[in-house]
Amino acid sequence: MEAATNAVPEIRLRDLTKQFREVLAVDHVNLEIRTGEFFSLLGPSGCGKTTTLRMMGGLEAPTSGTVEIRGNDVTRQPPERRPVNTVFQNYALFPHLNVFENVAFGLRRRHETKDEIRRRVGDALALVRLTGLDTRSPDRLSGGQQQRVALARALVCQPMVLLLDEPLGALDLKLRKQLQVELKRIQREVGITFVYVTHDQEEALTLSDRIAVMRAGQVEQLGSPEELYDRPRNRFVAGFIGTTNILDGEVVSVSQDRSVVRLGTGELCPGPGRAPAAGQPVELAIRPEAIELRAMPGGAERASSLGGSPDGGASALRGNIEQSAYLGTGISYIVRTVGGQLVTVLCTRPADRFDTGDLVELAWEPASALVLAPTDEPGQAAAQSKTDAQEA
Amino acid sequence: MRKGRNIPLTVYALGVYLFLFTPIVVLVLFSFNDSPRNFMWRGFTLEWYPVLFKDARVLGALWISIQVAAIAVAGSTVLGTLLGLGLARLRGGFGGGIADTLILLPMVTPEVVMGISLLLFFALLFDAHGSILQIAISHIAFSISYVTIVVRARAVSLDPRIVEAARDLGSSPLSAFWHVTLPLLMPAVGAGAMIAFALSFDDLIITSFQAGPGSSTLPLYIYSRIRFGVTPEINAISTIIVSVTAVIILVAWRIGAVKPAKPQPTI
Ligand SMILES: Nc1ncnc2c1ncn2[C@@H]1O[C@H](COP(=O)(O)OP(=O)(O)OP(=O)(O)O)[C@@H](O)[C@H]1O
Ligand SMILES: [Mg+2]
Repeated sequence: MEAATNAVPEIRLRDLTKQFREVLAVDHVNLEIRTGEFFSLLGPSGCGKTTTLRMMGGLEAPTSGTVEIRGNDVTRQPPERRPVNTVFQNYALFPHLNVFENVAFGLRRRHETKDEIRRRVGDALALVRLTGLDTRSPDRLSGGQQQRVALARALVCQPMVLLLDEPLGALDLKLRKQLQVELKRIQREVGITFVYVTHDQEEALTLSDRIAVMRAGQVEQLGSPEELYDRPRNRFVAGFIGTTNILDGEVVSVSQDRSVVRLGTGELCPGPGRAPAAGQPVELAIRPEAIELRAMPGGAERASSLGGSPDGGASALRGNIEQSAYLGTGISYIVRTVGGQLVTVLCTRPADRFDTGDLVELAWEPASALVLAPTDEPGQAAAQSKTDAQEA
Repeated sequence: MRKGRNIPLTVYALGVYLFLFTPIVVLVLFSFNDSPRNFMWRGFTLEWYPVLFKDARVLGALWISIQVAAIAVAGSTVLGTLLGLGLARLRGGFGGGIADTLILLPMVTPEVVMGISLLLFFALLFDAHGSILQIAISHIAFSISYVTIVVRARAVSLDPRIVEAARDLGSSPLSAFWHVTLPLLMPAVGAGAMIAFALSFDDLIITSFQAGPGSSTLPLYIYSRIRFGVTPEINAISTIIVSVTAVIILVAWRIGAVKPAKPQPTI
């Protein structure tokens, strides 16, 4: 099955572009979405996620580029002819129809028999755990229930792909977590491809098989949650997925398995072995949980043993605890280094307790620091795409 | 929050209502007056109502009014609904502003002017000189604006995603209109139709320019009778017209003529 389905992607976008007057909403996006996967489009507000999704569903006509579903070019097909269904952000339930008729809507348009409609609507309502609410009017349902009706209404049509536009965006955190679990269960049960739009990185990481991180109408990076978290390609992805410390500096020396980087503040810190040549500028990303804090006796001069550095070339950063926040799973510290750089550190071991003002050393495995590819600032990229748009 | 009554305001409001409705109340009262002459109360009677329903000229005029109203309501409701829907989509922009203003124009044009212009229109272009159809088309001309405005108000508040959802679930554009847009606009369409009926049923001035021999509507008939004095019989007809119109406008109001469509509850 895998080999056969991998050959033809469920959805393929080729150079998909959408220009709204002066806004270039989607800019030459190329994507292949595999059959049966939970695929997320993740990015900040206004980056073009909804527009991309709407072009897959046929609700928006692309300016250029094509949309293929299982190898068929559907770019010019109206939404009613595409084998996909959408769960809208605000649910868009039909206010003049009750729950049963909302869910039955798609089946009625296909002129299914009465018995078939009753059976399939019943199944769909059971799938989303709404049995018994058939005759309710949508405006007398809670947000979570409306969300389930929207889901049932789309799934009952047995689409090849389900498109979901921030389906949990309007719900409170607790309900959201609960429905995330349910969405995943439903996807497993019906076994169809889900394309999921969200600006919540945590949600995307929890649910997805693969994620496309978007910025300013373009895909910045495509990969599994692990790949995106552990190996973000650039500063934008690193900053968007989870929290991370980004340190700007210059490579001082590179050896087999480690390098030494001089930060903008003049301090030296360890970096990975795979780094640009000495003298090159570099951006290091270090996750807060990869940093270890060590208490430093007040008068200590040098941190000789930190980072397991026998050659003494690389020292670790030192600083004072500036702030701490108890997070339940651990304690988050903000440390101001001697040179003035702010670093966020997450300590999950309860033994490591520091007070504001304490002098600490920050140590990390050289390999856990990541060298980011140089990128434009997001602002520059947006400005860039705007000028492109004007030229077009 | 409930505030205490504002007494001067209440008194003022009562005064306004008194001013508006006293003439109508008097008219209704005197339709029960036991005297062939008006303005002298002689006692209560119901005799004028049965007299009306035996009067062939009254019944004939009523029948013409009903025919005119039926055509006018059908025409102005269909055309006004489509126009209201179109204008809702055209919102904003220079073209939208012009279209919005133009649709208000028939409502503020003096009826005499409108009557003459329609008369010229029919006489010069079609050589028509009065018929039920001509009256009905004139009524359509001034009723469309009202239907349009009522329907547009509701159409603007419709969430376009709901129609998109219908398309997404397999509806063609026409089927989405039929199964989603129209049912959601229905209260406004119904209200528009009732307003059109009320306007058509008691229009006098514009109609008077379009009527020919054999096409006298009820208001025209009443007007012609008044020249020979206001009799209780006329009061009785007028009472019936006022009651029918009032009930219809009340229903139109209740089913949501001016109220926007119910928004999706936000959570
Ligand atoms: N119909 C439209 N007309 C003009 N501009 C539009 C239209 N729809 C979207 N845009 C613009 O296109 C860009 C991308 O919008 P889109 O809705 O795809 O963003 P998004 O990633 O879904 O954002 P959000 O997370 O806020 O929903 C935005 O700058 C938006 O203002
Ligand atoms: Mg969006």
